[in-house]
Amino acid sequence: MIAYLIRRILYALPILIGVNLLTFALFFVVNTPDDMARMQLGIKRVTPEAIEKWKQQRGYDKPMLFNSAAEGASKATDTIFWQKSASMFVFDFGYSDDGRSISREIATRMGPSLAIALPTFIIGLFAYVSFALLMTLFRGTALDMAGVALCVLLMSISGLFYIIGGQFLVSKLWHLVPISGYASGADSFKFVVLPILIGVIGGVGSSSRWYRTIFLEEIGKDYVRTARAKGLSELRVLFTHVLKNAMIPILTGVVVVIPLLFMGSLLTESFFGIPGLGSYTIDAINAQDFSVVRAMVFLGSVLYIVGLILTDISYTVVDPRVRLQ
Amino acid sequence: MRFTPVFLWSDYLVFLLVAAVVAGIWYVRQREHLLLPWRRVAQSKVAMVSLLVLSVFLVISLLDTLHYRVALPQQADGQQVFSPEVLSAFDKLVTSLRIQHEKTYSEPFALTLFAKESVTDANGHMLREYPRLRYGGAHLADGQQRAADVLQRALLGGGSGALFAVLVLAALRRLVWRAETITWLLLCILVGVIANLATVYHVLGTDKVGQDVLYLSLKSIRTGLIIGTVTTLVTLPLALFLGVAAGYFRGWVDDVIQYIYTVLSSIPSVLLIAAAVLMMQVTIDTHPQWFDTSASRADLRLVFLCLILGMTSWTGLCRLLRGETLKLREMEYIQAAQSFGVSSMRILSRHIIPNVMHIILISLVMDFSALVLAEAVLSYVGVGVDPSTISFGTMINAARLEMGREPMVWWALAAAFGFMLALVLAANLFADAVRDAFDPRMNRTGS
Repeated sequence: MIAYLIRRILYALPILIGVNLLTFALFFVVNTPDDMARMQLGIKRVTPEAIEKWKQQRGYDKPMLFNSAAEGASKATDTIFWQKSASMFVFDFGYSDDGRSISREIATRMGPSLAIALPTFIIGLFAYVSFALLMTLFRGTALDMAGVALCVLLMSISGLFYIIGGQFLVSKLWHLVPISGYASGADSFKFVVLPILIGVIGGVGSSSRWYRTIFLEEIGKDYVRTARAKGLSELRVLFTHVLKNAMIPILTGVVVVIPLLFMGSLLTESFFGIPGLGSYTIDAINAQDFSVVRAMVFLGSVLYIVGLILTDISYTVVDPRVRLQ
Repeated sequence: MRFTPVFLWSDYLVFLLVAAVVAGIWYVRQREHLLLPWRRVAQSKVAMVSLLVLSVFLVISLLDTLHYRVALPQQADGQQVFSPEVLSAFDKLVTSLRIQHEKTYSEPFALTLFAKESVTDANGHMLREYPRLRYGGAHLADGQQRAADVLQRALLGGGSGALFAVLVLAALRRLVWRAETITWLLLCILVGVIANLATVYHVLGTDKVGQDVLYLSLKSIRTGLIIGTVTTLVTLPLALFLGVAAGYFRGWVDDVIQYIYTVLSSIPSVLLIAAAVLMMQVTIDTHPQWFDTSASRADLRLVFLCLILGMTSWTGLCRLLRGETLKLREMEYIQAAQSFGVSSMRILSRHIIPNVMHIILISLVMDFSALVLAEAVLSYVGVGVDPSTISFGTMINAARLEMGREPMVWWALAAAFGFMLALVLAANLFADAVRDAFDPRMNRTGS
């Protein structure tokens, strides 16, 4: 197990290096720092001095990959690549354009993001699997058909509609909870309940339908017939046999997103004014703050890879036949 | 009227797609075994009904793809100058919708503006009242005649639509009571009613700058369809070539390709898209000399967006194709071909690729609706289409800012969501039917 983990982490390294090189190419080679400076300062009042100053303030005035003017090891370290990209490996994200430490922002904004994302994830998973099991129980009947039709309809509605419609109905018409905002501690309940509800409803269509397909595939297998032949009730067959065996495909899709919950949801957070990582990213995109976007891209891929490793570990929990070695 | 045709980048890509689809239809029609799954699609009522709805969207967006610029009056030195405004055949068709601008918001079928304004009456007194619209219901003397007028026009338009539908069906000798013909009849009636009402009313109201919301919604269709289809032009070659190569050659080729797609798919796609679009925006902003009209600049951004969406979405299909090829290459007929000394290229093109086509087709039609929905979200985030491009995303974004207004301006949002729902629902239903017909795992013994 330990050996497996070490190998997986070593295997993740080249992928992270690839991600790092990709973001470096995207942010510094496709457009040179000069272009970015011109963009940030506006087209009209750009003088060469202003560009130089902008670059110097942000440390973009160094050579890209190799500094031939420097001595010894700093030939490689006193460059944009080393200082801006390679330093992300130790989670040193540097400073955003307004001068704040990005690592600190990430640490403080993780809480609100999780307060929304974690309950949405848990309640959602429970609701989708239950709904899918219900459809599987009534498979082939009109109830199942209606369920699938409902899923397709819900899938076809834009996620923006759920948010805007929910805000309009619950906050504006019924005045149950505030439209947007956030508070820490116990006060946060009234702010997070609507985003969580909308997040769960928004995922019903595609997820329930996907789980239903998985269950239906399992239910056609021989062991299910054996279980029924033993005289087990249909409910028992579903819950103890089908659900257990469907765990592997379900976990494949589910566990990988758990670490990404830290990143929060872009849409939900910005609509509801939650000061989490999602709204942080959106603000950075709108302000064209490249260093924040770069940091989030790297963080996102690290979390994704952690998710993949967790998925493998979770297989051993639900299926004793799987051994990691 | 003199004009010069304009070909934007996205127009070329649309023509390319249309040519590819026509060639594909011609190819399939010759071969009975390829026609078989399509026959199954044609037997599905749901598929045919949604195809009919989709084709209405398709016709609108194809008309909207034929762009031109009108000639301006001759200048003193005899030089011919063309207007910087790029129009399309669809714009020409709905000219009245396009040019009948009100001052600002008005409700659907309204005769007056949405907000009160100060007006001076004949005696010089200042009054606060709802001013009449310039175009919407301008032929009516007062509001009491409106209901009767709307009803009369709707009946007339619906009647002529129904007549047209029946005539077409009779000409095709398909005058039967079936789901497809009923849908066709309803669609014709709907178009007739709207077309007849839209000449004198703003059927879906007007937006902040007084543009007709119906016009905006209809124009958004092209943007949505382009995002959903042109993206496949990028996805398909990448996924097909790399996926099949990885699965067939294995060894270091497989390692390299797997590495590339693992790197790409390990970055959350929204962030990758955001980063790429931001970079593209910098390039576009620092090279204004590349574009002769603002439409061509907005269009390039649209094409780039498709490119970026394609670059981030090919990995899923690539993985599927690799897995399928790994399975296929162990089949006896491939091994037979190998032992006969058939070259790898020939095995790939004759034996492997035809046998993975169903996966490609299923994945493309399934992706379409997701891409249309993604456009709206991306435009909201600020990394979607150019703000001057009319799309569902930009419409929702503009309308969202008026959410806090009392009473609420609901019609622009409703129109954008309604059109999007119709498009995506039809696409989803059609995609399901295609998947059912092509997926070999489906159990067809019952049907």
